[in-house]
Amino acid sequence: MSAKKTTGLVLVAIALLALPLILTQVGTAWVRIANLAILFVFLSLGLNIVVGMAGLLDLGYVAFYAVGAYTWALLASPHFSIHLPFWVILPTGALLACLAGAVLGAPTLRLRGDYLAIVTLGFGEIVRIFMNNLSAPFNITNGPKGITRIDGMQLGPLNFVRTDTLFGLDFTGPAKYYYVLLLLLLGVIVVNLRLQDSRIGRAWVAIREDEVAAKAAGINTRNVKLLAFAMGASFGGIAGGMFAAMQGFVSPESFILQESIMILSMVVLGGMGNVWGVIAGALLLSFVPELLRYTVEPAQQAVFGRLLVEPEVLRMLIFGIALVLTMRFRPAGLWPETRHRREMNERKDRTARA
Amino acid sequence: MKPSVLLEARSICKRFGGVQALKDVSLTIRRGEIYGLIGPNGAGKTTFFNVLTGLYRHDSGDVLFEDQALDLSSPHRVAAAGIARTFQNIRLFGNMTALENVMVGRHVRTRAGVFGAILKTPSQRVEETAIKRRAEELLHYVGIAPRAHTLARHLPYGDQRRLEIARALATEPKLLALDEPAAGMNATETAALRQLVEGLRDDGLTVLLIEHDVKLVMGLCDRVAVLDYGEKIAEDVPDVVQKDAKVIEAYLGGSVGA
Repeated sequence: MSAKKTTGLVLVAIALLALPLILTQVGTAWVRIANLAILFVFLSLGLNIVVGMAGLLDLGYVAFYAVGAYTWALLASPHFSIHLPFWVILPTGALLACLAGAVLGAPTLRLRGDYLAIVTLGFGEIVRIFMNNLSAPFNITNGPKGITRIDGMQLGPLNFVRTDTLFGLDFTGPAKYYYVLLLLLLGVIVVNLRLQDSRIGRAWVAIREDEVAAKAAGINTRNVKLLAFAMGASFGGIAGGMFAAMQGFVSPESFILQESIMILSMVVLGGMGNVWGVIAGALLLSFVPELLRYTVEPAQQAVFGRLLVEPEVLRMLIFGIALVLTMRFRPAGLWPETRHRREMNERKDRTARA
Repeated sequence: MKPSVLLEARSICKRFGGVQALKDVSLTIRRGEIYGLIGPNGAGKTTFFNVLTGLYRHDSGDVLFEDQALDLSSPHRVAAAGIARTFQNIRLFGNMTALENVMVGRHVRTRAGVFGAILKTPSQRVEETAIKRRAEELLHYVGIAPRAHTLARHLPYGDQRRLEIARALATEPKLLALDEPAAGMNATETAALRQLVEGLRDDGLTVLLIEHDVKLVMGLCDRVAVLDYGEKIAEDVPDVVQKDAKVIEAYLGGSVGA
């Protein structure tokens, strides 16, 4: 690694570490927004394994998020009077989501493209409807009312609900979650990057490119596809657990189809298969709406003297336009897969030599 | 010395609805030969290929490969047993580089799993280096090493054919099955391909070749089988097959000299 690159990385790291402290000064709400943004980046990178690398169009990804969230909610809340520590719940959530991924993957191995999309969409809805209705005869999920008073994270002496003061700096609850999420995010980035250029990662991409040829080249497509589903789902489960802990409340409403589509859009907008592209897409789609929320109303008040368009409406409009423009001008996403760039570099080399 | 048999197909049958695509096809491929499979359009050559490589489920018959029953239930098992193939309409991983395409071919001979890759274990790193080195060697072998980092879909046609062969070779096959490798090639490219296939045989590989270009087949193959309407009508050295009355009838659609 060049010295310049190292310096750059160190600066980024410092900025990321300082961010919640700065945002706390602006308002704790902004730390929460940053946390949700990181959570969405995390989710997109999980989905990137399934959609970006293996090319399996999954429209029900939010189901795994839901499994993780409900796992945390049920194992750490007064609902069943169970209060397990996070290091039991998060792996359990990941494991259950992984199983759910295999359950979804197994019957859909022969499907692809549109057909797979329809089945996964159905799966996502089924999970949500289950959460909605599993309140009778035994009350498991508390139905549409959801589960409240979920325990926050407790890391040794660090309680994530209180504010702690360390080295004269105030660390609020959301700020502490920020650091945990950042750590998890680092993990999922490493996993994505390392898988990308590995035997399994290449097998995924090969299946995406041409499944028949992949089979003929000796890839056990059944196992490798199941692996992609299971891996992607596990990350969804972890994200779900963190979501439940942060919000302190889960209900089926958080896991609607629109969430799946949102996560998928982040992957597609950024650049399927490219880790940095996906991160950029997810950050863009999580921050821009929040910025709008805070700027649209004052802007309209200033210009028209009253509120003409609700920020929420504008948000969907801009979201739609952004997607259409991306697909029109950059069909491979804002920041396409690195393989293409590798080729570009080679071409540059050749012209330089010629 | 009697040449040893590498593959023996026995009474392979395959039916698509009302069409008997393969009818009791039996043939024997010997170690180290180039075996040609020819026949008019729709004779069942590619169907035979697809059965042999596990892409189609056959109705009856069996295949002995190295004196053992070959498991035709799925393509990756066939590849693991030592049969690799190319496709008539080239099937590469278009958005992967040439090198990566060949590296995918190493999948079946390597072991690294998800956790090895995530943790970058020493064994995984050693294996990954070996995969890359082998892939580079193979690209060199088929003569497209300078194009290693070009996306497969950006390669010229002839190079794509070569890349497909390199990918097949990466699975360490004992039998390489080529489905019309010269299709769409000009005379120069065909001559170069011929050299490549002859080189493969000289390096000890057995080759099964489907081809339309009769001149190429007759010049290149050690033995030839002819399929017509799903049945094998001849199997012998090219000189004999060329003079076979049934073969001439199948190709010309009537008796010659009548």
